[in-house]
Amino acid sequence: MSLIAVDPIEMGAPQVDGEPLSYLNDGHGLRSWLLTKDHKRIAILYLITVSTFFVIGGIFALLVRINLLSPNGVFDADTYNRLFTAHGIVMVFFFLVPAVPAILGNFLLPIMIGAKDLAFPKINLLSWYMYMLGATFGLIAIIAGGVDTGWTFYTPYSTSYSNSNVLLAGIGIFIVGFSSILTGLNFIVTTHTMRAPGMTWFRLPLFVWGQYATALVIMLATPVLAITVSLMALERIAHVGIFDPAMGGDPVLFQHMFWFYSHPAVYIMVLPAMGVVSELIANMSRKNVFGYKFVAMSSLAIAVFGFLVWGHHLFVSTQSVYLGLIFSFLSYAVAIPSAIKVFNWTATLYKGSISYDTPMLYGLGFIGLFLIGGMTGLYVAALGIDVHVTDTYFVIAHFHYVMVGGSLMGFLGGMHLWWGKMTGRQYPEYWARAAMVIQFVGFNLTFFPQFILGYLGMPRRYAAYPPEFQVLHVLSTAGASILGIGMLITIVYFIWSLKNGKRAPANPWGASGLEWRTSSPPPTENFYETPIVTWEAYEFAPIESMQVLGYPGDSSRSTQPVPKEHGTED
Amino acid sequence: MEQQREAGTLGMWWFLLTEIMFFGGMFLAYTIYRHLYFDAFAAGSNVLSIWWGAFNTAVLIASSLTMALAVYHAQMGNSKKIVFFLLFTVVLGLVFLRVKYIEYSDKFEEHVFPAGDFRWPLAEHPTAPSNVGQLLTMFIGIPPAGHTAEAPQQALPANIDTKYSDKSPYLGISGAIPEEVSKMGMAGHVRMYFWLYFVMTGFHALHMIIGIGILLVLAFQAWKGKFSKEYHSYIELTGLYWHFVDIVWIFLFPLLYLVDRHL
Repeated sequence: MSLIAVDPIEMGAPQVDGEPLSYLNDGHGLRSWLLTKDHKRIAILYLITVSTFFVIGGIFALLVRINLLSPNGVFDADTYNRLFTAHGIVMVFFFLVPAVPAILGNFLLPIMIGAKDLAFPKINLLSWYMYMLGATFGLIAIIAGGVDTGWTFYTPYSTSYSNSNVLLAGIGIFIVGFSSILTGLNFIVTTHTMRAPGMTWFRLPLFVWGQYATALVIMLATPVLAITVSLMALERIAHVGIFDPAMGGDPVLFQHMFWFYSHPAVYIMVLPAMGVVSELIANMSRKNVFGYKFVAMSSLAIAVFGFLVWGHHLFVSTQSVYLGLIFSFLSYAVAIPSAIKVFNWTATLYKGSISYDTPMLYGLGFIGLFLIGGMTGLYVAALGIDVHVTDTYFVIAHFHYVMVGGSLMGFLGGMHLWWGKMTGRQYPEYWARAAMVIQFVGFNLTFFPQFILGYLGMPRRYAAYPPEFQVLHVLSTAGASILGIGMLITIVYFIWSLKNGKRAPANPWGASGLEWRTSSPPPTENFYETPIVTWEAYEFAPIESMQVLGYPGDSSRSTQPVPKEHGTED
Repeated sequence: MEQQREAGTLGMWWFLLTEIMFFGGMFLAYTIYRHLYFDAFAAGSNVLSIWWGAFNTAVLIASSLTMALAVYHAQMGNSKKIVFFLLFTVVLGLVFLRVKYIEYSDKFEEHVFPAGDFRWPLAEHPTAPSNVGQLLTMFIGIPPAGHTAEAPQQALPANIDTKYSDKSPYLGISGAIPEEVSKMGMAGHVRMYFWLYFVMTGFHALHMIIGIGILLVLAFQAWKGKFSKEYHSYIELTGLYWHFVDIVWIFLFPLLYLVDRHL
């Protein structure tokens, strides 16, 4: 394989309509997309559907914020319950869980390890159809009147009292769970069996480590959600009181089972985004990630510890104080691998040649916001403080800093870094930077006041509140509008760039990694010949030497790392 | 080809791990309520027919053998024997489901189906077999001689078992049991037992049905001569799945049928 640019036409790739054959023009028509087994096309299918759900969830979020503009609320309490439940269910199950793995992971994981596709391409397509089926059930549940239990479905309310579409939503979540299990299965097996020659475990990009750790959590946690939701649904039908204290059942058992999935699910959402951030920071500062092995292993450590902390959601649910102490301690322990990552990303920046292009802005945004989200996580993991802030806006602000400030920032950063690779067109840099700054400001304005609100005692899930909270609520709603505008700009220029964006070169960032050694967009088989990896992860050549080698890029950063030959490693 | 086989095997083991987590949730619920309401669980368990349970256990173990033989002949490249043993396994699976159907029907008749007209205590066991002969005649649909019509029973709310006592129903809280719980008494907890019985065996039976479907497809493909010494990984993978479903039953049988029985 050529060490420098990958010009598909020079390499003898066949042409279609004057353009080199790529996965995008290899077959036309709806049929060629809906029956595709190409992981890249499936990633695009996921991109379209998951983004649609993001917009739907975002609309519900704005409706929730509009209601909270006035102390008495705009909607009645019952409608409000359905709005925030719809926001939670859509964002958690239909956006955040599939976002990074199913879109970026699907597209990039095989390319990054030098494979032609995932191990089970048909199962990969099946997982998208499962997602669509589950999402349809979820949508029907919402359109037919919604669900009013909150996304946590706490019993016995959900099993005995709620008069809403709990069953439909439960079926939807059950099926979507299968979709993520199939994706996770594919990732684990692919990473184990399909790596290119020379691609050892410690040469894997950290993105792959992040996806692998996520897949482990998906495989072990999601089936527990499936059985929890099934038992909840069957109890709703039979009413034997298995989760109802009035009949001798135990609602805390449901909470234990639910959080045994749903706490690890937090890591399903944030671990892949952490993998993205490792790529963003390394490539945009042109340095090897500081402490590569520590960052890789910390992903696995988070995956393992993530299974042992679910009890911190039950500090006020009659759980024994001694058990609470252990869960509190273990929750603190998760902070260690998370902090290792943050410190190592920061150390990577040191003396790097940092670019402030949009992907890097998102990467830096992630570090800052995740820091706040993570540190406030320690507040709520402390037994004493948690009693004060349980079920308040403090918790809301905490997990939005992790979920939006962390996962969403990582996802958008990755989308910008790899947009050219996925579509063959670059996004407009100016607008992207502007949108990122608007989102950052809007996000902080939305959620920082919520920390204060929660500390002052504003409970979550209430449609009305005392008038003294109004100033902070109005600030928060204003922030949400700004955040919404920022998101809208991003969506518009992404769509605009599909036709009007500059053509993306094979490696617009001078980044390292196998995905930059194939054309943008890649051919259906990903590479023109099977790559043989003879270099470590994140080896960057100096920009000057790249220019000497004459890579015909379109900016000073459009360079290609030169892999060292075997035996010349220092 | 070797890489594909390795990928398939690894994938199937991981899938089985997710299945363990799935069934694990039910076993957890079972363990906790059996601990809290042991007397009720023991009483419910004694209503199940140990004859049918033991018979089905034997059937499933035999089906594991025939499945293993199918895999063996796949490795030897013996297409005809693959078809024979796959179909043999299917037949044993259907025998299992037939017995499960008889058992479920009995539970409906005895009014212990938890989502229906649940009545407790039982008047008698109207249709349980008590020897091999009865077992076989009932299997082909002939009720044993001496089968009596069910005795009149009372509906749930009127049945208050005052002698019944149990431990605190809440994990982590000790203290008084709410009035509604004690009013419902043992019957409510027996109903929980039967709910768990139907959920656990129901999910197991669902896995059996899926497995039988896969086996039929494989048998058809083997009959068409699709498998060879080199290419038979689907049969091996289905074998892993089938053995897993058997093992789940090996746990379900003692947990559900043998709660309070001694030799």
